[in-house]
Amino acid sequence: MSEETKALESMIGEEYKYGFTTDVEYEDFPKGISEDIIRELSARKEEPEWMTEFRLKSYRAWLEMEEPTWFNATYKKPDFENLLYYSAPKKKPQLDSMDDVDPNIRETYEKLGIPLEEQKMLAGVAVDAVFDSVSVFTSFKEKLAEAGVIFCSMSEAIKEHPELIKKYLGSVVPARDNFYSALNSAVFSDGSFCYIPKNTKCPMELSTYFRINNMESGQFERTLIVAEEGSSVSYLEGCTAPMYDENQLHAAVVELVALDNADIKYSTIQNWYSGDEDGKGGIFNFVTKRGICKGKNSKISWTQLETGSAVTLKYPSVILQGDNSVGEFYSVAVTTKRQQADTGTKMIHLGKNTRSTIISKGISAGRSNNSYRGEVKIGKKASNSRNYSVCDSMLIGQECGAHTFPYISSENPTSSVEHEATTSRVGEEQIFYLMQRGISEQDAISMIINGFVKDVLKELPLEFAVEANKLLDVKLEGSVG
Amino acid sequence: MLEIKNLHAKVEGEDIEILKGVNLKVNAGEIHAIMGPNGSGKSTLSKVVSGHPEYEITEGEILFEGEDITEMDADERAHLGLFLAFQYPVEVPGITNKTLLREAYNTIARANDRDELDPLEFEDYITSKLEVIEMKDEFLERSINTGFSGGEKKKNEIFQMAVLDPKLSFLDETDSGLDIDALKVVSDGVNKIASEENAIVMITHYQRLLNYIKPDHVHVMMAGRIIKSGDIKLAEELEANGYDQLEKELLLNGEAQ
Repeated sequence: MSEETKALESMIGEEYKYGFTTDVEYEDFPKGISEDIIRELSARKEEPEWMTEFRLKSYRAWLEMEEPTWFNATYKKPDFENLLYYSAPKKKPQLDSMDDVDPNIRETYEKLGIPLEEQKMLAGVAVDAVFDSVSVFTSFKEKLAEAGVIFCSMSEAIKEHPELIKKYLGSVVPARDNFYSALNSAVFSDGSFCYIPKNTKCPMELSTYFRINNMESGQFERTLIVAEEGSSVSYLEGCTAPMYDENQLHAAVVELVALDNADIKYSTIQNWYSGDEDGKGGIFNFVTKRGICKGKNSKISWTQLETGSAVTLKYPSVILQGDNSVGEFYSVAVTTKRQQADTGTKMIHLGKNTRSTIISKGISAGRSNNSYRGEVKIGKKASNSRNYSVCDSMLIGQECGAHTFPYISSENPTSSVEHEATTSRVGEEQIFYLMQRGISEQDAISMIINGFVKDVLKELPLEFAVEANKLLDVKLEGSVG
Repeated sequence: MLEIKNLHAKVEGEDIEILKGVNLKVNAGEIHAIMGPNGSGKSTLSKVVSGHPEYEITEGEILFEGEDITEMDADERAHLGLFLAFQYPVEVPGITNKTLLREAYNTIARANDRDELDPLEFEDYITSKLEVIEMKDEFLERSINTGFSGGEKKKNEIFQMAVLDPKLSFLDETDSGLDIDALKVVSDGVNKIASEENAIVMITHYQRLLNYIKPDHVHVMMAGRIIKSGDIKLAEELEANGYDQLEKELLLNGEAQ
């Protein structure tokens, strides 16, 4: 191994600065999963009977299903019997007043750089803070209510807006869709609900910051966004977790529904703890995210920067049902140390004249493994539709891996699918070239990577583009050779 | 300006020495040419002088303007005014030529306590330099060397030289792969840049380049050392008789290894 490689190996040890834990008292709740436990969970949350039934049906479906194994990652199976499926901080805050929020929790969000006080907020961004699967605070609710926008926790939505939940929950990702969506549908704790009424452009960016704290609990968030005819919304999801030696399971479900002429933009910056150099600890991130462009001329965009978690299985998808609808997927997935990611997207073209764009950039470093798995399906009736996919991989160092598994199927001869893929190594030669022009090694690495991910990061909402760039720099600090 | 004393170097992690005691002196205002057969270590010399991490210096030193740069990183050497026009310029997609040059220019300016240029000022400055190698400004927006022809890559190297205005430039086989027209443009460019304040060291196989850029000194490198120095006539001799002939001569005179 050359001097250089040795040096860079020792430099791959950047600290996960969100790794602290917060001292919080939790309600008592039994471990494991059963119908009784689910009923208890539903009761604690004071849910109506129809919701309890929804959970039980999903649980029964889950029992008949098998854990999936088709992806390109290996990990120790989660011990489903030994997980805690409900973890709520004891002090139940009143969602309107900051004073009632547990000060430890409030401090957590400050440490993460997410001030919960409205005055300190990022101008024009409403925040729903979810701590260990419980929504602890949602800001700007009045202002949003003036516009007719509903932005609240899922728990609250089940109580306050049952008609909407009954209509849309599970309509895009039914419980039986897959093993983890079934589990989620049975035991989901909380998440965000957004509803934008007809012809309304949501006056603020909406965002949810998910924070896992309790070591023993699984995280099962459920988010649902519904955009009525002619409406639009931009939503951002941020995620962090403390550093523990044991793996934690995060199995979320996100459903997006866009009706005629509606537009939903969903952005994620995911920075779950990804485990140490030996692959110990870290989050298992198994997420089902799907949007349906139900209406004509509707549009759904997924933009994500994935930098954390030990194992990620995630395929934000769009079903392009309405004619002329548009689906977009912009992703930068970074894996370092011993992370494994099997991620991608599915674009299902059902309506006429539908369009989809996929731009996926994978960066692997350390001994990590990064796979892109994408499916583009053009149905019989999807005439005159187009897909354009670009899937680029960048390898840093000698011991990481990048793979691409594109699936393309078309049943309509008037449609077109274009797929381009490149693989490159950040070579010593490129770095030396920039250094010979006077640029420092760290800046050279930064420039090369930023150039690589530019196309994706520019799709992030402005406020979060800065955070994204910083996160990328921190994540890859010292990991290049 | 540059003094190389008994320089020995090898590839990091390997045993075989490539440079076996190189001695060279370059003064301001001079143009030198280093010629030699394949495997003589010519290109390695330019890489070692510019600080390529692949090589390890095992003996000797490199003094640049009196300062020992033997241990310095590549970017520090660039700050002092050292430039390498690469033999095979690498592609760096995602970064435009303009961005690279602006970052480079300002980093070097900062290191030398000179004023940086803001994007608009830099735009003017860089545009004025395009004439040096007859390139159009759309070229500034292209990614570094990405999709460039061989000739364009070499022109880009000289363009960067014009923008960064280095004290000492090593041109590593700048003429290889160029047709006559491109060679003329590149040579004109170098001649425009050459001045009494800077110095240029050209590394080349062929005498042809020296018709366009006239050197003050010509050196011949063989088996890792500079074995003979002279003026342009030495180059003409080599062209006529080849390297083998020179080697035989020197063996006879006990000068070559």
